[in-house]
Amino acid sequence: MHSLSVVIGALPSILSGSLVTLGIVFAALAIGLVLGLFFAILQVYGRSWQRALIHIYIWFFRGFPILVLLFLGYGLFVALSLPVQPFLISCVVLGLTSTAYQSQIFRGAILSLRPGQMKAARALGMKDSQAIRSIIIPQALRLSIPGWSNEYSILLKDSAICFVLGTQDIMARTAFAAARTHEHLALYACAGAIYFVLTLIIVKILAKLEKRLHIPGYTSVSGEAL
Amino acid sequence: MNEQVILEVKDISLSVGPKSILSHCSLTLHKGELKVLIGPSGAGKSTLLQCINVLTQADSGQILLEGREVMTQNAKELCCYRTKVGMIFQDFKLFDHLTAIENVSIALRKVRGMSKEEAKKRAMQELERVNLAEQRELYPAQLSGGQKQRVAFARALAMDPLVLLLDEPTSALDPELVGEVLAVIRDLASGGMTMIMATHQMDFIRAISSEIIFMENGHIVEQGPPESLLGENAQSRTKQFYNSLASV
Amino acid sequence: MSLDLLFFQEELLPALNRGLVVSLALIIPASLIGFVFGVVLGCTRTYGSRFVKKLGDAFTALVRGVPLAIQLMFIYYALPKLGVFFEPYGAALTSFIICTSAYQSEYIRGALLSIHKGQIQAAKALGFTPLKTILWIIIPQAARRALPGCGNEIIYLIKYSSLAYLVTCMELMGEGKVVASDTFRFMEVFLAVGLYYLCMVSIATVLLHWLEKKASIPGFRPR
Repeated sequence: MHSLSVVIGALPSILSGSLVTLGIVFAALAIGLVLGLFFAILQVYGRSWQRALIHIYIWFFRGFPILVLLFLGYGLFVALSLPVQPFLISCVVLGLTSTAYQSQIFRGAILSLRPGQMKAARALGMKDSQAIRSIIIPQALRLSIPGWSNEYSILLKDSAICFVLGTQDIMARTAFAAARTHEHLALYACAGAIYFVLTLIIVKILAKLEKRLHIPGYTSVSGEAL
Repeated sequence: MNEQVILEVKDISLSVGPKSILSHCSLTLHKGELKVLIGPSGAGKSTLLQCINVLTQADSGQILLEGREVMTQNAKELCCYRTKVGMIFQDFKLFDHLTAIENVSIALRKVRGMSKEEAKKRAMQELERVNLAEQRELYPAQLSGGQKQRVAFARALAMDPLVLLLDEPTSALDPELVGEVLAVIRDLASGGMTMIMATHQMDFIRAISSEIIFMENGHIVEQGPPESLLGENAQSRTKQFYNSLASV
Repeated sequence: MSLDLLFFQEELLPALNRGLVVSLALIIPASLIGFVFGVVLGCTRTYGSRFVKKLGDAFTALVRGVPLAIQLMFIYYALPKLGVFFEPYGAALTSFIICTSAYQSEYIRGALLSIHKGQIQAAKALGFTPLKTILWIIIPQAARRALPGCGNEIIYLIKYSSLAYLVTCMELMGEGKVVASDTFRFMEVFLAVGLYYLCMVSIATVLLHWLEKKASIPGFRPR
């Protein structure tokens, strides 16, 4: 019963860590959304040198482990003799990595739209930038929700690495409590359960969102329901 | 003249839930005969053929091949029986990951246990028979519908089946491709192959079939030679059906 | 400048090369064994009895829902409480195998489910036994469908093998961290470490593309 009381004692601290975890995840998702969408549009409609640059960006972030990137961020702060900000570094590192993956989600979504959409918008006299903003993006974003929900659960799991810099997330608080009380088994099981539940909740919410934004009878070229 | 019985199907019934799909269907195939199954869609023609090959397990009934009852519960015997009964599907069902010649030779190698060269040689003969020797290295996705169905014939014939079951072999084809497949069937019939075919090609049936089996709602309603069922003065259900198709 | 070169030649690269060997000793067995377990798990989740299916699904959902870092810590720090002890290397390898096999089983299952019923019917009609159908018809098709997903999983594994550092396994990341802490040259060291991973990922990507190309069949695409 000792382990139970330890878990109950550590629970408030671990749960408040989940706010930090969710903060990192949503900041990273937002960074990835904005940059990823921008990169995806450039990749589909941009010039060849722009596409090449984005290709290199994706190649780089697909190859560098998050752990290495976190320490690189740390090293950057040290080299510039600034006080290290673990939370900020975590958000930026996960955000830039997510950008690489999200741009692929959005690119796939844009490419799976019916080919006539852009032409129809041009025929109505829209500029390309207008057409992308008001015709392409609203459709592509809807198509991206399943990929997005997947990206969320990946980021949530990746965020558990950020504790190496001292970010006070679920993982850090669990590791701290475990080191103090030696109740590794109960505490890590508890932390695992919290991550598991956080995944389930958001995936359910995004599935609801997908249904609510569904346009009746609309399917993409690949036949997936929108 | 040739009265040797090849395949006998006795009293086959099948129901799914409360719905009866086939009830008490029986038929006999003699050597060299071409029997044709016709009837409105949903009559149970395809299901009957699938039951004969035990791709669908009937609830009750017997199947006899050359006078011996087939124990369909025995997995080994069932596989052996199926090698002797060829099947042609409406949608070809060629193996998507194999070339034309590999489609024909794979069962020879893996089921019959032939060597690679032997199987290839035999497969080549069958492809030549259906005029597809040149397409032997193409994959199913690179063939036209008619070519695919001809490969399917070669695949079935390579196993030297005693009888061939044809499940609407031309109904998934574009009209201009039907002829090449019918030509194969005609060649087989004149070569003495025993066959049973579900089809909607009425004129072809008249010209070539030795007997017509008319099905409706899972029952075999009538069977007999085309002259008597479709003749000038015939008052058969088959004739009504034939006329209704012709008037469309 | 000459000092820098000396640092790379004398200190950093030898350490990283030592770490690379350990990393490869983690990645290669984990991806091979994990793949085999993934195939077994994927098959049971597709063709198994209802109870076994449920069990497999639950295991997969659990492994996929919990961060790898937690799983690693659990295996290394918590299991000894239950009397199961691991060396750092053994703990990392075990946890990578468990994790990879769960993810691989998803791709395998998807591929198996994508095989058309008609293909199996045609094989039956030609007299194939169930075993021969699986061997000669289902596996060759499913393997091609699963290849891109399984390949991606191996690339993930290469990157996430760096987490072995968390349980003090001295692989690429661990060796790098020691040098960095000793010399305070974080940027150089971790850029070098990252480039090692980038190279491994790039080589794996090229190999997998080559394999996919080699196995590709006209008109037969992964869904």
